Amino acid sequence: MSAVSHREAASGGLWSRMSLGQKQVIWAWSFLAVPLVFYVVIRFWPTFQAFYLSTTDWTITKPAAFVGLENYWRLFEDPLFWQVFRNTFLYLILGTPISLLISFVVAYYLDRVRFMHSFIRALYFLPFLTTAAAMAWVWRWFYQPVPIGVINDLLSSLGVPQQPFLRSTTQALPAVLAPAVWAGLGFQIIIFLAGLRAIPVTYYEAARIDGLSEGAILRKITLPLLKPTLVFLVVFSSIGFLRIFDQVYNINTNDPGGPLNSTKPLVLMIYQTAFSSYEMGYAAAQTVVLFVILLVISLVQLRLMRDR
Amino acid sequence: MKAAASSSSLAMPKIRPSRILAWTLLFIGGVIMVTPLLFMLSTSLKDASQVYDLRVIPEAPTLDNYIEILGDGRFTRWLINSTIVAMIVTLSNVFFDSLVGYTLAKFRFRGRYIVFIAILSTLMIPTEMLVLPWYLMASQFGWLDSYWGIMFPGMMTAFGTFLMKQFFEGVPDDFLEAARIDGLNEFTIWWKIAMPLVTPALSALAIFTFLGNWTAFFWPLIVTTSAELYTLPVGLSSFAVEQSIQWEKIMTGASIATLPTLIIFLFLQRYIVRGVMLAGLKG
Repeated sequence: MSAVSHREAASGGLWSRMSLGQKQVIWAWSFLAVPLVFYVVIRFWPTFQAFYLSTTDWTITKPAAFVGLENYWRLFEDPLFWQVFRNTFLYLILGTPISLLISFVVAYYLDRVRFMHSFIRALYFLPFLTTAAAMAWVWRWFYQPVPIGVINDLLSSLGVPQQPFLRSTTQALPAVLAPAVWAGLGFQIIIFLAGLRAIPVTYYEAARIDGLSEGAILRKITLPLLKPTLVFLVVFSSIGFLRIFDQVYNINTNDPGGPLNSTKPLVLMIYQTAFSSYEMGYAAAQTVVLFVILLVISLVQLRLMRDR
Repeated sequence: MKAAASSSSLAMPKIRPSRILAWTLLFIGGVIMVTPLLFMLSTSLKDASQVYDLRVIPEAPTLDNYIEILGDGRFTRWLINSTIVAMIVTLSNVFFDSLVGYTLAKFRFRGRYIVFIAILSTLMIPTEMLVLPWYLMASQFGWLDSYWGIMFPGMMTAFGTFLMKQFFEGVPDDFLEAARIDGLNEFTIWWKIAMPLVTPALSALAIFTFLGNWTAFFWPLIVTTSAELYTLPVGLSSFAVEQSIQWEKIMTGASIATLPTLIIFLFLQRYIVRGVMLAGLKG
């Protein structure tokens, strides 16, 4: 009762005359007040500003002037953009299926393992807890030529010729992608395991009584019932690969995105346009393109997965 | 024991060769997964003359690299910076995301749905698009090169709000109603009654926010310019560049950046795995 009487005193009786519903409304908006300011100032306003900046020639030194869609025309005529566009989609098209396939196979078998289950799960999960910027350096070291590079050392002891990895325009992109796939597997495996566990055991028992083979159970029961998990992971990891940056930047600091821009993703192009060339308006146009790509990819994937 | 007795054929399957094979392959795969981490740690324990010897167990392990790097002071500074930033952002998310999630889940008022949709819609906006306006904002208000500059974009997240709303919807209204009859005010009801009922979700949110901010690279790289304010990933990156090919030093730095989260995981494995599952399924 003391809290109520305190309130009455504080608001001069007005509070006590309100109905419970009215008090609830006031409480609700007072809880939301600070967060709403945050979302307006830190999320919504910058969103509109990004669209606006993309139509200006803003650089750090001179004030922004409206230039219409000039930045976009320039971007679509820029061969670097199309190279970067291609790289970004290669990360997506290689990374998402490969990582989901590996993590599903691991989760599918790990789900049945009882002996040392949580230990083996931990082995797969640990890389997820690492810092991408730090791990890029570890992988960079792995890719070095002999005598220092672990992978080339292993290859030479097996009699396989040396590979250039990060120095090659064709091998560099998969080499940069590998640590990103590696670090994401643990998360995907855990989510798959949760999805597999959510499937009622009775379904499997019924299927076994009906005499379905393991393969048929996988195709007819496990995969269809796992669809929500799959949709989530496809969208989540696609967005991750489209936004790849930390690994690419750190694995080749002498020439980020190199050699010859063969590993450069869109986010790195944005970073360099904004903070090396200081062409903020042009960079803003690139961020809007990234936004549109992410939006289209998520909508298409959600639609495809829903229809099937 | 009862379950085993009633369905012994299911609970105690015969150990078939295929199962042993599957287990062995999973185990080998798991060892391959941690190989980069093992090499990183082992090299951090070697001196410069041993680096070319690629054995995993160092012949003469030494902590000299750690002593040298931590003694230099910069890494200690970056460790402190990362810890402060990740802690404050995590606390802010746990407080505000659950406050907003609770309000949207448990209060009935006009505008509730619009507020919810508005917050949810920010999930569609990639951070990269907001980075330039944030940079502009930070430079206008003098937030560049400060803790607040690193932290302000992440103080609340739509993901966390959505996650917490999902969980608060599972809290029975009767509990809250009983507290109301007891004369508790709404803030106390949220903090003292509702919050303790969603601790699994809170720990999931805390783990994700902490990990995300601890490993964050893109925004801290942009907003910090002086080495005293670098977070660990940004500091490590600049440190590794200046070490050029002294791999044992770089691996020591990478280990310092990685070990805290790995050690926390060893102690909290059950909660972390459960938290990831919760966030993945509900989020």
